[in-house]
Formats: sequence, structure tokens, C-alpha cells
Amino acid sequence: MLFELAGLTYRYEGVTAIDGLSLAIPEGSRIALLGANGSGKSTLLRLLDGLIFGQSGTITFCGDEISEEHLLDDAFALAFRRSVGMVFQNPDVQLFNPTVFDEVAFGPLQLRWRKTDIRDRVDDILDRLRIGHLRNRVPQRLSGGEKKRVALASVLVLDPAVLLLDEPTAALDPLSQSEMIDLMVEWGGGSKSVITATHELGDLESIADQCFVLDGGKLVAEGRPEAILADTELLRRTNLIHKHRHGHRGSLHSHSHFHGISAR
Amino acid sequence: MSDFHPNARGGFLENTLEGLHSAMERALYAESAAQRDGVLQRLDARVKVAGALSMLVAVALSMKLWVIGAIFALAIALAVTSLITIGALAGRAWLGALIFSGVIAIPAVFLTPGAPVFGSPMTVQGLRTGSFLIMRAVTASTLIFLLAYSTPWSHILKALRIFRVPVVFVVILGMTTRYILLLLETAHDMFLSRKSRRVNRLTPAETRRLAISSSGVLLHKTLHLSGEVYQAMQSRGFRGEVYLLDDFRMRSRDWFATGAFATLAAAFIFLGR
Repeated sequence: MLFELAGLTYRYEGVTAIDGLSLAIPEGSRIALLGANGSGKSTLLRLLDGLIFGQSGTITFCGDEISEEHLLDDAFALAFRRSVGMVFQNPDVQLFNPTVFDEVAFGPLQLRWRKTDIRDRVDDILDRLRIGHLRNRVPQRLSGGEKKRVALASVLVLDPAVLLLDEPTAALDPLSQSEMIDLMVEWGGGSKSVITATHELGDLESIADQCFVLDGGKLVAEGRPEAILADTELLRRTNLIHKHRHGHRGSLHSHSHFHGISAR
Repeated sequence: MSDFHPNARGGFLENTLEGLHSAMERALYAESAAQRDGVLQRLDARVKVAGALSMLVAVALSMKLWVIGAIFALAIALAVTSLITIGALAGRAWLGALIFSGVIAIPAVFLTPGAPVFGSPMTVQGLRTGSFLIMRAVTASTLIFLLAYSTPWSHILKALRIFRVPVVFVVILGMTTRYILLLLETAHDMFLSRKSRRVNRLTPAETRRLAISSSGVLLHKTLHLSGEVYQAMQSRGFRGEVYLLDDFRMRSRDWFATGAFATLAAAFIFLGR
């Protein structure tokens, strides 16, 4: 198993963000963590990335426990950071270097790659994401879509086996959203694991083959995307869809509605 | 009830917004000036850092006013040939230096014991001390601003690392700049949204409340942001030590400039004894 969680609980400032969570994520899978705002998706991603640690329960990566003590071990930490990459919801937190090139080179430098390899790899990923023209620009002067691409490039440059994405299409225009979805679908040729936290259901079947639905930090459902999407009652209960009313041939019409970029 | 002033100018919100806007403008100016095709912009960052430091040492050691004046004139000539306007230097480098050094220098003009100047309370020794202080401050700030306006910030940081400035210091400098700008933008948006929801001029009590609550919100945002940034750094392998790509290349003009700066600094130090 890639990740295994057993009875994991995480609390902060008196709030239980993750409540006794147990689940298993196999290698090479494409997972969607679904839930409304505050359901614990982002917290779970940070736990999977070893950035925060639960107060009780365990979490393992390929059989090794992810704990604060274990991550103090250089060999484990370097191997773990090399294998798992995370793209944050707010790209601004990920962009702290003076230029786009330096930003993308930051990860490989920390993982002590050879400098000639870093230059080649950074140039390659910038070209692949079509942001080569931004290489000398200051990250904070970029548009929202460009920032998101740079944040993604700064993680993809490491070619991680596991990609954690926190609301990857949030605040993007429709074209950028569509390009982001294409990238997630094509990335790694299907051999990599992609775990996406989202509440947008429009492209669920494209980006995931397994879903976990969270509500109040608890796992309330899991299954294939088509099964989850068909369970209207579950989606309504977890605030993933809502009643939408509009005029239709002279009368008021109402139906369940969710947000996403695909027309349905 | 407060008076209705839909187009009121000079209020707390307007002044704050203007201040934030001009701070961002200054950052933008430095960024664009560093990209121009001037004399200093074409030089390697290490040469400029070393040159600025050697000139600063010469300014600090000089005991003759005309030597400091010569270094100041050299700095002006470099500014002009580097397409940095005198207006920008005056507003950003000289004004601040004059105000801060003037606060100390003006009392010294009167209080330093010595021969009176044409029977006035000023003394010759006081004038000399004050002139030294002001000239040193203005020349030093001109040199530093020339470096900052002709060199991308990232290159200055890299050059500092080459001069063995500790990594932690360089990283903190880099991140501080980055997040000062981000917080300026956040504060700007915050005050703009306040302005869009306000119809009356704020009373002094409301202004104080707004200033205090805004400071609190900004502090909270800063703490949250810094925590998230640290996590993002950790996620990409940061473990306390920072590694940088240093891709500087010395060309013939850089060697020539290094020689020129070294010769001039040595000459100024010698002449200023």
C-alpha cells in the first residue's frame, strides 16, 4: 500500500479536523478526496505529506511510518520528499523565490541534485508547462493562472511518484482549468499516484478512479466516481451539490446542481 | 453623525492606500530599473557588490570633504550612465538620508565648540562636523540605492552568498522582501474593500478602531502565511540549509570594472587620509 491510515486524529485550536480516519491508498491510483469546505481534505493532504502530525493513530508510506521523529532521519526524509510532492491551494505560499527559474529549481537544489541536471530539468519542465517565457519573471507579478502553473512546475520538476493536489482548479479561468485537468490526466502516463482534494465534481471521472468522501473529518463514503456521483442523497448531505432553481418554459424549475467545468 | 463626504480626500483610508500604492510603485521601479541597458546593469552582481562596499569603506574612512564629494560625483555619473534618474535618487535615497542625518547634524552645527561663523551661534567646527555627517549619509545611501536599482534582488542575494554572508541571513532577506510585497498587496486590497463599503468620512475614533483592527488582521494573516510558506518549503525538501544555483560569469568588462573600483577605492582612501 502507498498510504495506510489507521484511526488517525488531528486537532488544532480545539477543532477536530480529522476524526479517527482509517483508509488505504494503493500505489498507482488516482484518488479524489471529496468534501465541502472545512471537511478536512486539505488537512488530510498535509498529513499525507508529513507536514503536520496527528495526535493519535498512525499513517504509513510504503510501510514506513510518517512521524516527526522519522522525518528527522535524513535518508528517510530525502527519499520521502523525493517521492511525494504537494501543490498547495494558494500558489502564493509556494512562491517565495525571486524568479520563476529559482522557484522551480528550489526543490531539486534542496534534494541535492547535480547543478547541470537541475538547469536542464528546470528548463524542460518550464517548456512542458509552456511557461519558459516567464523564467526570469518575479513570481508575485504573475497572473493567478501563471502562478498556479509555476507552483505546479516547482513540484513536477521533482518527478514525484505521488502528487498531492489541493483544489488544483480553484480560482482558475475555464481554459486554465481545462488545461490543468488535462495535465493531471496525462501526467506520468498513468503510472503515478495522484491524490486530489476537490469539491468540484465536473471532471471527477477524468481525474480519479477512486473517491473518498469526507465530512467533519470523518470518512462517510468511498467508491468509484460513477457510484459516488449517482448517490445524490450522499452528495446533498455532504454539501457537494445543492438545489438550483431557475425559470424554465414559463415555470420555476429546480434540480440538483454541482460546480465543475464539464457541461452535463 | 459624521458628515457625508463622498469625494473626501486626505482621509485615513485614502492616505493609507496612497502609502501602500507608492510602496509597491517603488518596488516596481527598482525591478524595472534593474532590467535597463545601462553601464551598471551590464556588470556582474559580485563586481557591483564589491565595488559598492569598497566605495562605502572609502566614504567612511575619508577625513576630507572633497574626497567624499568626489565619490558622490562618481555615484551620480554612474546613475546617469545606468539610466537611473536623479529624481528617483532624490526621492528615494537623498530625502531619507538628509532627514535622518539632518536631525543629528543640525544640533551639532550649533553645539560643537569652536570659532563662530560671522558672529552667529553656528561654529566652523560644527558646520564641518555636520557637513561630514550629511555628505557621508547621502553618498552612502546613493551607493546602496545604485546597487539596488541596477541589480535584480535575486542577484544581490546570490552575490552576498559568494561573499560568505550566512545562508540563513540571505534566505531571511529574500523571503522578507517577497512577503513584504505580498503583505503590501494584501493590505492594499483590504483597505480598498473597506473604502468600497464606506460612504461617510471616518471619525477619529473610527479611524483608530480601523487602524487597530487592520493591524490585528494583517498580523494574523502574516502568521498564517508564514506557517504555510514554511510547510511549502518543507514539502520540497527544505531542512534548514538552503542551496543556491550560482551561475555568475565574469567577462572582460567585469574584470575591468573590478580593477577600476579597486583602484578608485584605494586612491580615495589614500587621498582622504
